Amino acid sequence: MTTQRPDLPTDDAGSAPVAPLLPAVSPRRDADNWAANVQRLTVEKRDGVRGTNVSGRRLTGPIQGFGKMWQKTYVTPLGANVTPEHAISEWRAHFADFWPKGNRFAGGLAGLNPGDVALIDMSLAPGAPRLSTGVMVLYADEQSFTFMTPQGHMFAGWITFSAERTTAGITELQAQVLLRANDPIYELALIFGGHRKENAFWAHTLTAVARYLGVADPVVVKTIVCVDKKRQWRHWTNVWHNAAIRSVFQSMARTVTAPVRRLRARPRG
Amino acid sequence: MDAPTVSMDVRRVASGTAVVDIVGEVTGSCESVLMSAYDEVSSGDTHRVVLNFSGLEYMNSGGIGMLVTLLVRTNRQHQQLAAFGLSQHYRQIFELTRLDEAISIFDDEASALAGATAR
Repeated sequence: MTTQRPDLPTDDAGSAPVAPLLPAVSPRRDADNWAANVQRLTVEKRDGVRGTNVSGRRLTGPIQGFGKMWQKTYVTPLGANVTPEHAISEWRAHFADFWPKGNRFAGGLAGLNPGDVALIDMSLAPGAPRLSTGVMVLYADEQSFTFMTPQGHMFAGWITFSAERTTAGITELQAQVLLRANDPIYELALIFGGHRKENAFWAHTLTAVARYLGVADPVVVKTIVCVDKKRQWRHWTNVWHNAAIRSVFQSMARTVTAPVRRLRARPRG
Repeated sequence: MDAPTVSMDVRRVASGTAVVDIVGEVTGSCESVLMSAYDEVSSGDTHRVVLNFSGLEYMNSGGIGMLVTLLVRTNRQHQQLAAFGLSQHYRQIFELTRLDEAISIFDDEASALAGATAR
């Protein structure tokens, strides 16, 4: 029987150690923590985001993605005075406020609960059309919550936000992604600057949360592991749903049809 | 960090097939336990690994992620990964996360082993 737990399990084939995906949690039942099973996402229109490329899409995990599989972990200490439950509660309640400027995140009216779908407008480059996509809240409990991505999102995978007490009595805040690029275009984008941009994105977010929770000068430590170096070429057709490409066309279509929409909106009589 | 509250026993039930009996809570913190069990399974000519979830008490998203990393390892070794004993709740989670597209799911051990010999 195996019950031992070294801090970092080692992967085979010479790969780097793979860190645990989530901190352990107290024993409890989990039925209310998981989203209900859905085949395709449904969303209502929300203010402040375009809201395209989500409705009707299927969820995608690392198994359905195209590129190499990465596990990226970003951790920042919060000190001893903040409980993990308080940190996660505040993060969930104000999630959009902690994102870097230029990106929009519109959660559901009830917040971020299991099964909720949030809409996202991402800034890819200054002046470029925003990438419209979303995420679904896959799992949530008092110490963690997890997003899963839909078809067309940059990543196929999960993003878990958690907080835990270390053995030293310090609360640590963590964001952890387990993902593959969804298609070959996103894989190229990751190689040519995407990884760097994503690292900066989550470092900024954790810093913002830590400052909100009273940490004067937060330090974010990142650990990046390539879990699977193989690309899944059978999934190259995921490019059909690519939200970046579709967002460009949707922006062009909005520009072309703007006069018509203005005419229709004009009061008659 | 809390210690994992899970045990994983390895049984060799047929030529090339091993069953891992999982009892307790499957979270990210028990990754080392599962990987140790997998290392035990992999010593020898194992081409199919069957996970027995009959004793599963609790699983969070970290547990699901851990199963994905296990799947990567079995694929690397050209092994099949199967499961049985999942409650309806956890079957739905496997469907929701689309793990069921990569891990064959069976109702019980007999059908899981029959599935093993059918290939």
